[in-house]
Amino acid sequence: MDRRTTIKWVLAVAAAAPGMGNAARALEAVAAPADAPSSHGYGTDPDLRKVYEPGQLWPLTFTAAQKRTAKVLCDLIIPADASSPSASEVGVVDFLDEWISAPYEAQRRDRATLLEGLAWLDSEATARYGAGKSFITLSNKQQTAICDDICCAPKAKSKEDRAAAAKFFARYRDLTAGGFYTTPQGRKDVGYVGNVPLPRFDGPPPEVLKKVGLA
Amino acid sequence: MPFIEPTEVDGKTYDIIVVGSGAGGGQTAYTLTMDGARVLMLEAGRKYEPALETPMFQTPELAPLREASTPDKPFGFYDATVDGGWQVPGEPYTQTSSETAGRFDWWRARMLGGRTNHWGRISLRNGPYDFQPRTRDGLGFDWPISYEEVAPYYDKVEMLIGVYGANDGLENTPNSPPGCLLPPPKPLVSDLLIADRSRKLGIPVIAGHRAVVTQPLDWKNIPAKLHPGNPTAQRLAADAMRSRAACLWATPCGRGCSIGANYQSVTVHLPPALASGKLDILTDAMVHEVTLDKSGRATGVNFIDKKSGLERHAKARVVVLAASACESARILLNSKSASFPNGLANSSGKVGKYLMDTVGAGVDGQVPLLESLPPHNEDGASGLHMYTPWWLYQEQRAGKLGFARGYHIEFGGGRHMPGLDTGAGLDWLTGGSYGRQFKQDVRRYYGSFVYFSGRGEMIPNERSYCEIDPVVKDKWGIPVLRFHWEWSEHETRQAAHMQKTFGQIIEAMGGRVRGGGETDGAKAIHPGGSIIHEVGGAIMGHDAKNSVTNKWCQTWDVANLFITDGAPFPSNADKNPTLTIMANAWRVSDHILERMRRKEL
Repeated sequence: MDRRTTIKWVLAVAAAAPGMGNAARALEAVAAPADAPSSHGYGTDPDLRKVYEPGQLWPLTFTAAQKRTAKVLCDLIIPADASSPSASEVGVVDFLDEWISAPYEAQRRDRATLLEGLAWLDSEATARYGAGKSFITLSNKQQTAICDDICCAPKAKSKEDRAAAAKFFARYRDLTAGGFYTTPQGRKDVGYVGNVPLPRFDGPPPEVLKKVGLA
Repeated sequence: MPFIEPTEVDGKTYDIIVVGSGAGGGQTAYTLTMDGARVLMLEAGRKYEPALETPMFQTPELAPLREASTPDKPFGFYDATVDGGWQVPGEPYTQTSSETAGRFDWWRARMLGGRTNHWGRISLRNGPYDFQPRTRDGLGFDWPISYEEVAPYYDKVEMLIGVYGANDGLENTPNSPPGCLLPPPKPLVSDLLIADRSRKLGIPVIAGHRAVVTQPLDWKNIPAKLHPGNPTAQRLAADAMRSRAACLWATPCGRGCSIGANYQSVTVHLPPALASGKLDILTDAMVHEVTLDKSGRATGVNFIDKKSGLERHAKARVVVLAASACESARILLNSKSASFPNGLANSSGKVGKYLMDTVGAGVDGQVPLLESLPPHNEDGASGLHMYTPWWLYQEQRAGKLGFARGYHIEFGGGRHMPGLDTGAGLDWLTGGSYGRQFKQDVRRYYGSFVYFSGRGEMIPNERSYCEIDPVVKDKWGIPVLRFHWEWSEHETRQAAHMQKTFGQIIEAMGGRVRGGGETDGAKAIHPGGSIIHEVGGAIMGHDAKNSVTNKWCQTWDVANLFITDGAPFPSNADKNPTLTIMANAWRVSDHILERMRRKEL
């Protein structure tokens, strides 16, 4: 549908007010003046068998500087360990960029949260450790000190004006985790062993039943 | 006879036009063509080919936004729904309330097979009580038919489409005769734990019933039971059964199934109907009006060919609407004429009325016993292996519950394919960990969550209905539906009971309810329509004054007009409606065939 047609429906629906409701709201969302990012979504009949890469469907957002900060924070949340690589090593920064650049309302909200949060990290770095400092130039210990203050929303509330930063951190952690555990390395890390065809389904093995006391 | 072009209907008169290709339309076309009737099926969406289009083993990182729900694909990128969801582009609907409690959300799919492509495949029979609810408690409406009249058709549908389950002999939870059900899948460890703790609370847990083929269908014996004395139909049914593979225990059913291991109209009903040579299918055909002759008989339908935008007409001796409860009501209400100024078949004024959904509420929780389990494959059949049927009939009869009808419980847990929610929202368990500790926490908690969803019976009421919006039209110029919605205390109290019960089960498992669990029923209840069990809107009954159709789902006002989707349901038992839609569609189709043989139609 083209934009003009859309606006026509919205006007028609609005004329029926007060019975507007979510049909009208959804159309309004579609017809709302598009702030950046400006491209459309993938539509209601996308090819489900194609492989999609970040940047393919809509332009990405992060500047080089934002990417560097995003990478550091990703890897503070999910660092490499004996079991699996770090978040940035499996493409989570690109996923976050794809996410905040998407032309959907929920992602637009996250866009504001994440970009403001990344900027806050730099201003906090300056405030705590002096002019000229940005988050990525801090030592790991200094970075951790900032994160410790905002990693738990209920605790952060009691500290000055940290609620917004804590909200940012919680959202960033959720998205980083989501990005990480939806990769082959992430699936392996948690021990997911499905998505393979089986001739039969055997149910839980005996050691599992024993562990929960149902053997 | 095959997929046809819009111009190919010109000059033809079919025996029967079927509007819609989902559970109701698919079953109707199947039954009619197996008996040799010439059928035209009109579908408002596009042609859809599961064998070519289903993303069977695709993993989230291959999808945009890791498969997240978006307004374009509300159930996630790989959900089978095409051109649909809570909104269809260019085809709006409106509401009279902006409050959550007064909202009806309408899920549509503009594609061949409709919502059967993505549905949950839960296939429960209504029990004997469910056909006579008013007789039992004085509320709502009785069906003009009994369980015994529908039971043979439940048998046939289960055998045709393939339903797993077991016979547990519980109250108002019918057994199937031998040979109808396929073996249920083995329970997951979370199922077993839930079953064990539920039973200690007096809550039964039995095998789930879903339309998933767990072993090859018995194509040698079933066809003769489905189509006695009809060797052609038997051969077609056998061929179709042989072309379906058994479940391979991976990939979510909601994506559809390229090997035909679960029921979709387009992989189960339509192939044999097409192979019969008696079925023409026209896709992208948006039916908006049933046409009449001077004597008041239906002559066919007017539809818009979506590809050209042109209005066209198709003719038949009988018209069957199966476009979904609300869309069928919309077609009737938009079919206005001098003799039917308020819409076709609406002399009772009941078209669009008594719209129902299922009562839905739920909680989830975390269970320490399920933490850090040894890795093992829990994909299973990708839907419930076990469930809890309604169990408090006696207490309800004794008036102890404060609400009139029951609910069943759908639950689950397991080490399923990690998604965007894996590792998300763990603060309440971890105290906000990050770094190496966070990775350990995610490993620990992965697979330790369980969910409980109540699915309860809503009683039809005067304030829940759809009508034609006086102003708004869709992009085809067709007036759209406007919804009115209100729950009664029977539903909100039932939702509160669900929430309390689920909390008790989770606690009995030694677990914790996430967020404490909302126990105010009015807040816990999901919006109308959101369970996607829309039924009603053209209810069947004994009396032309207060129902739209008779017991044969034949409209009282127009003798050759029938409805075989959920619209004729006079009640909406807690049992998911799809199996009953199919059983009823088969029953009605048999009746149509019989009447045609007697030259009455």
